[in-house]
Parts: sequence; structure tokens; C-alpha cells
Amino acid sequence: MSGYQTGVLVVLAFNVMAAYAVYLPLAAGQLNLGIAGFMAIGAYAGAFLTNEYGWPMWAAIPVAAAAAGLVGLVIGIPVLRTHGIYLAMATFALGQVISAVFLNLEVVGGAAGYPVTDYAGPYVVFAAAFGVVVLMVLIAQTRFALYLTAVKSDPTVADLLGVSVRGMQVAAFALGAAVAGFGGALYAHHYNFVEAQHFNVLLSVFTVLYVLFGGTQTVWGPLVGAAFFTLVPELLRASDQWRYALFAVFVILFIAIRPQGLVTTALLRPFRRRAPQAPTPQAPTPEASA
Amino acid sequence: MLAQQIINGLMLGAIYMLVAVAFTLAIGVLNFLNFSIPGLFMLGGMLAFGLMKAGWPWLLAFAAALFAAGLVSLLVERLAYRRMQGGDPEVPLVSSLGFLVLLENLMLIRFGSDMQAFPALMADMNFRVGGLVVGMAQLVSLALSLLLVLWLSWYLSATNAGRRVRTVAESPETARLMGIDIARLVPQLFVASALLAALGGILFAVNYQQVSPFMGEGVGFKGVAAMIVGGMGSIWGAVLGGLLIGLAEVLSISFIGADVVNITVYGLLLLILIVRPQGLMGRPAGREKL
Repeated sequence: MSGYQTGVLVVLAFNVMAAYAVYLPLAAGQLNLGIAGFMAIGAYAGAFLTNEYGWPMWAAIPVAAAAAGLVGLVIGIPVLRTHGIYLAMATFALGQVISAVFLNLEVVGGAAGYPVTDYAGPYVVFAAAFGVVVLMVLIAQTRFALYLTAVKSDPTVADLLGVSVRGMQVAAFALGAAVAGFGGALYAHHYNFVEAQHFNVLLSVFTVLYVLFGGTQTVWGPLVGAAFFTLVPELLRASDQWRYALFAVFVILFIAIRPQGLVTTALLRPFRRRAPQAPTPQAPTPEASA
Repeated sequence: MLAQQIINGLMLGAIYMLVAVAFTLAIGVLNFLNFSIPGLFMLGGMLAFGLMKAGWPWLLAFAAALFAAGLVSLLVERLAYRRMQGGDPEVPLVSSLGFLVLLENLMLIRFGSDMQAFPALMADMNFRVGGLVVGMAQLVSLALSLLLVLWLSWYLSATNAGRRVRTVAESPETARLMGIDIARLVPQLFVASALLAALGGILFAVNYQQVSPFMGEGVGFKGVAAMIVGGMGSIWGAVLGGLLIGLAEVLSISFIGADVVNITVYGLLLLILIVRPQGLMGRPAGREKL
């Protein structure tokens, strides 16, 4: 692989991790527009542990992810009192505040940025991204994912059926924050430099864009969306300055034609293993009920 | 010193106010967080700049910029809003964001990414009142913004067209039953919101005498903050929020430092969302619209 190809794939790996961090709360119906803030927490926490305490990378990164998850848990409890558009705005504000705090924190370099001593090679990043995807696919097989869908589709009914709506929302939010922190900590160790300005609102918003573009109905949507948003602008590189404009036009038209995203449940149906002889439950037809 | 900063804060707040009212029209009536508004803001400033550079008289250039913003907003309505009805509420947000990226990149291709100097319309016309300096341009734009918002508020509360808008905000279903032509009303709202945003961009360019393809992002996000602080869907809330955010920004720059702006502005936003999610002037969610 040439250096260029490796570079693109590394960016892809980071985008995939970020996309799943957005996907988890979104699967429970919560739009997190502040994911960059949690990536910043992971990045700075991981960098701080390796730099100041001499921790090995493999210990610092999970601890940094846990720290981001913990912050997500603590902040998520008051923030998740809001819902809908208010929640999106609260997370948006949260992301802005977190990166502004790091920008002013002199102990991690402030606005000048924070160099990191330990280095994670590209294959470590690939393996980590692969691990995140596998973890998400495993989670998608559990009842937890089913509860999240229930909470998203109808919180009232989910509550009546005994699902702890608040608990599921907080869990999804904190777990998403931990995934973001994991990606952020790896980012710090791969590029060996952290600056608060990188973790801005556009990073959060574009990550949401990947996920919605890929589709939130299945666990594969974020992967496809992130891959598309990373690779297609690179392919359009030939058209140089027009590439982002062309790309934006494409996104607008695509969403207008297919608002449910690229990968949907219906699209995956042919690939699914069929349960033996299980009759698909059907809604009563008008004739039957008449 | 303090009085001077308060004046500067109010001037900046007037711009945020216009953007916040533009957002609040889209949210309050259509429940649509329209991320193309920062793009329309930028389009107003950049097109006015480009046309004046091409030798147009300023009045004509401003009118053309406003007209273009209105046209683009109709396109946003058609492609990002109309087709998304009944789907996930996050999806229109994505394609309106596509418009922001598209507009920014089109301007980038045409004018380059650098900050450009906007010609001074009212050169060196400053009032000096007891040691305070008030720019003529700033004063005119503050007055213009306030008048416009006053007029809009009167229009919505006292005219038949305004009553129609408020009915749609309250319940689109009822509005349809009462014979209101929603398919005609919605594009009109999009144009109104675009005109406010683009006017904000023009006034920003005149006041601060600089434009760039990315001038909409910072101002646009602060406009969102202003809208929420004041109370989503409330015009007077947007006025109050805009002025508050402007004051908070200018005062924290001059007394604490430029780097803490995001902490104070978005910290204020986060605090309000947690303590009083409906904003300062809004009624509880689902009740108050305009």
C-alpha cells in the first residue's frame, strides 16, 4: 500500500469509529451533535496518561475511552431530561463547551496543541476500527439493540412493556461517548498531536451526516456511510476544487430520493438467514378484517 | 469602557438576532432545524461583495443578493424539506447541511478562501457621545434589525396572513382542515427566513467590513444558541437571546479573553437547556409557537 492509500484508510477507520459513536444513541432516537467533545476527552485523557504518567498505550487508550464514557454518563443524566430538538441542541452546546475548555487548559498545551509521545501505527488503527465494528454487530444481536429500537420507535409503549426508557437512553448515550473517546484516544496516538480546534462542531455534524446517509435502520449503515464519505471525495479528487461542491449536490439529491439512508432493513433481507418455516407475521389485510 | 463594550455587544447581538429569528421561523412553524441558514447568511454577504466588486451600485447589489438567497431557499424547501415529510426528523437537517457545504464551496471556487475586505459604505461616520464611539453603519443596522423584527411580530399577531402562519405552527392538521393552503404558505416562510438571514449577512459585511466563504458558520451557530436561549419559536425570545449572546460574547472577549468565548456562550446555552429547556421566553414544549 502506498503512503497515500494508507493515509486514506486510516482516516476511514477513524470516521467509522466516530460514526458508530453517533449511531448508538441515534438507534435510541437521540441525536448527539456533540460527539467531537467526547472524542476530545478521549484524545486528551489518553495523551495525558501516556505523556505525564508514562502509561503504555494499550492501557491508556481503554482508560481514556472509559473516562469519556463516564463523562457521558454523568452529563447524560441531566442532558437527557431534554428530548427531540432540545436534546440535539444541548449536545451541540456540550460539544462546544468541552472543546473550548480544552482550548483553555494550559496543562495540556492550550491553543498551541499537545504533542503525544507514543505512536500507534496504521495497523493498530485498522484493528481497532475492525474491533469496534465487530462489537457493534455483536451488540446488534442482543436484546439491548431491540430495546433501543423500541425506545426509538415508541417510548410510551416501550415504557408500558417494562423497558426502562431513561436507562436505555443513558446507556446508549454513555456507550456512544465511550466509543467516541476510544477513537479520540487512538487519534491522539496515531497523529502524535492533539489540538482542541480539530474537535469542532463541524466534525460532530459531519459524523452525523455519515450515519444518516448510511441509514440508521441497520448496524451496517454507519460503516457504509463513513466509507462513502471518506472514499468518494478522494475519487473525485481529479475534479479538484469542484469536488466538495459536486459531492454536496450528490448528497442533497440522494437524500431527496432516498431519505431512509443507503442501507435499509429491506435491502438486507435477501442476505438474511431465514428462520426454518417461521411464517412471517402479517398485518391483517382489509379484506380479512372486514 | 464597559458602556462601550455593551454598545458593541448590542450591535453584534442585532446580527445574531436576525439569524435567530430566521431559525425560529423554520423551527417554530415547520419544526425544521434549517442548517442552510448559515449558508444563506454567507451568501448575502459574499454576493453583495462580489456584485459591488463587479461595479454594481450597492443598493442593487444588496437587492440581488437578497433575491438570490430567496431563490436558493425555495430550492432548499423543495429538495430538503418537502420530500422529507413523515420520515425521521433528523433527515432534513442532513440535506440542509448539504446546502451549507454546497454554498460555501461555490463561493470558495469563485472568490477563494481568504477573508476579503468589504468596501466601507459610510466611511468614518461615527457618533461620539461622551467618549463613546458609535459607528453610523452599526447604528443603522441595529435600528433596521429592530424595526424589521417589530414589523414581523406585528405582522404575525395582527394580520390574516400572520394568523394563518400561527395556525400552521399550532397544528398543520387543523390548518389544513380550516382551508389554509400549506403548500403555498411553507415556501413563503422559507423565503422570509432566507431574507432575514441574508440581510443579517449583508449587515455583518457592512459593519465589520470583511467577508469570507465561511463567515456563516460561527454566526449561524451563535444564532441557533440565541434562538434556544430566548425560547424556540418565540420571536421576542430570539430578540432577547440574540442581544444576550452578543453581549456575553463581547464582554467575555474584553474582560476574560478571546479563547473563552465558546465556554461562556455555549455554557449559557447548556445551562438554560438543563434548567429551563423551553428558553427564557418560551412556554413549555409543544405549547408556544410564535
